[in-house]
Amino acid sequence: MTLDDMVQRHGSWLESGVGEGPVVSSRIRLARNVDEYCFPGWASEEDNHAVWKQIEELFTSMNGDFISWGMTDTPELDREILFERHLISQELAQQDDSCGVFVSADECLSIMVNEEDHIRIQSLQSGLNLQAAWKAANEIDDKLEASLTYAFSPKLGYLTSCPSNVGTGLRASVMLHLPGLVLMEEMDPVINGISKIGLAVRGMWGEGTEAAGNMFQVSNQITLGRREDEIIAHLEQIVLELIDHETNARKRLMEEKSIIVEDHISRAFGILSHARLISSGEALNLLSTLRLGLDLGMVHELSRKELDMLFISIQPAHLQKLENKTLQPEERDVVRAEMLREYMKRAREG
Amino acid sequence: MKCECCSKTEATIHLTQVIEGEVKKLNLCQDCAQKNGIDLNSPISITDVLLGLGNQDESSLPKSDLSEFDLSCSQCQMTRAEFKKRARLGCPECYNAFMGELSAITMAMHHSRQHVGKIPARQGNEARTTAQIAALQKDIEIAIAKEQYEVAAGLRDKIRKLREEIPQSAAEEKSHDA
Repeated sequence: MTLDDMVQRHGSWLESGVGEGPVVSSRIRLARNVDEYCFPGWASEEDNHAVWKQIEELFTSMNGDFISWGMTDTPELDREILFERHLISQELAQQDDSCGVFVSADECLSIMVNEEDHIRIQSLQSGLNLQAAWKAANEIDDKLEASLTYAFSPKLGYLTSCPSNVGTGLRASVMLHLPGLVLMEEMDPVINGISKIGLAVRGMWGEGTEAAGNMFQVSNQITLGRREDEIIAHLEQIVLELIDHETNARKRLMEEKSIIVEDHISRAFGILSHARLISSGEALNLLSTLRLGLDLGMVHELSRKELDMLFISIQPAHLQKLENKTLQPEERDVVRAEMLREYMKRAREG
Repeated sequence: MKCECCSKTEATIHLTQVIEGEVKKLNLCQDCAQKNGIDLNSPISITDVLLGLGNQDESSLPKSDLSEFDLSCSQCQMTRAEFKKRARLGCPECYNAFMGELSAITMAMHHSRQHVGKIPARQGNEARTTAQIAALQKDIEIAIAKEQYEVAAGLRDKIRKLREEIPQSAAEEKSHDA
């Protein structure tokens, strides 16, 4: 499979849509390092190369359905695609030698090599499904560990380049769509409250109430002194509470401002169906409004899966890959608007 | 509360720093925080915050006697100053080299100093037993909080038995920690 095939479809973590409403996806990340080597940011080029080769051979021998991208041979646009699809970090996309990523065919698993740590296992699942994501990450971790000696101490657990990951090396996160809380101006207290209990909230694209598309990521900050299942259960519990808050905010929104909400949703549909120029920020916000309309039963033309996929495919690298050429920002706005217009037309015609 | 930097504007940003193992609080207004290199629009790395103010100029950092003889890691030669600047460690051995500093940082970040999670299968029984003991100690705290003293006593006996299984050197380290 190539990136050209990839951009024509979506990762299967957008497939099933477990649970309705605000939850988009769940993610587990494990940070691991190979003993006897310096961490990638401090290691010599030879050492980084040795680690990369070792892990590359391991994946080849595993015969798993993994596709690999070494960053040295990956053009900038392709790196951006991998980033937009949440398969690599921005940091890795900007690195060059002896680093890369191994991605499972369904895009649910990606293993970054020589980013901040030697190994970063990422497991994605649709909806609120941290348990399944953890299971998959844990399995690949066991497989890797069967051949590699990890840097581990009985006292501090898995040793990582940054002390904020030491211990389990586990970052569990859930991507949430929270337009109700943003529109009711209740997002700031939520962010403050959550940060007091060892979790963090970040906008997927931009921060705080400025987060484009009202998409947020909630994750654990504490990685040491708690078991993996405890960390996951705690996050899950808080996410369920957040969903309640969001549902409640949407209910009040409809009670107090239903005509305004309906107007917003209809306008979003109108702009996406007719605009000739759309920036990615505007598109994210309009798609967010449609997603809210879908949850409130006001939009029937699109499925949540299609919408969630649009959040990814309207981004710059995806647009350029689909058009098969480099586009300046102004040109992208034209192409984006065109793509959305066609999409909306097809949706209306059902 | 006024900003501690300009003493004019109301402080809206409250940071907790650990310098030489000492916890210091810093209250800044938005302008001064930004001037000091705290980018409010990007997620602040807690490590950067705990190690000092991100991009702040080295010369303006509080001088301490310890910085005079710069400690370094025997394995990868990363110095303490470099670790503080980069907020990232050089190699696994750095955790031993900078133990004093890291102990305070991990405590401030994670409110813990003991791993209780997954253990790699090939790391042997010692790590497993240490983790088991740590988990049981946590259970004891819970039992005591619930006033289930008999349960707690049972758990304590289990811990004693497990301690006997740990090789002497590791057990000494354990009692030294306590």
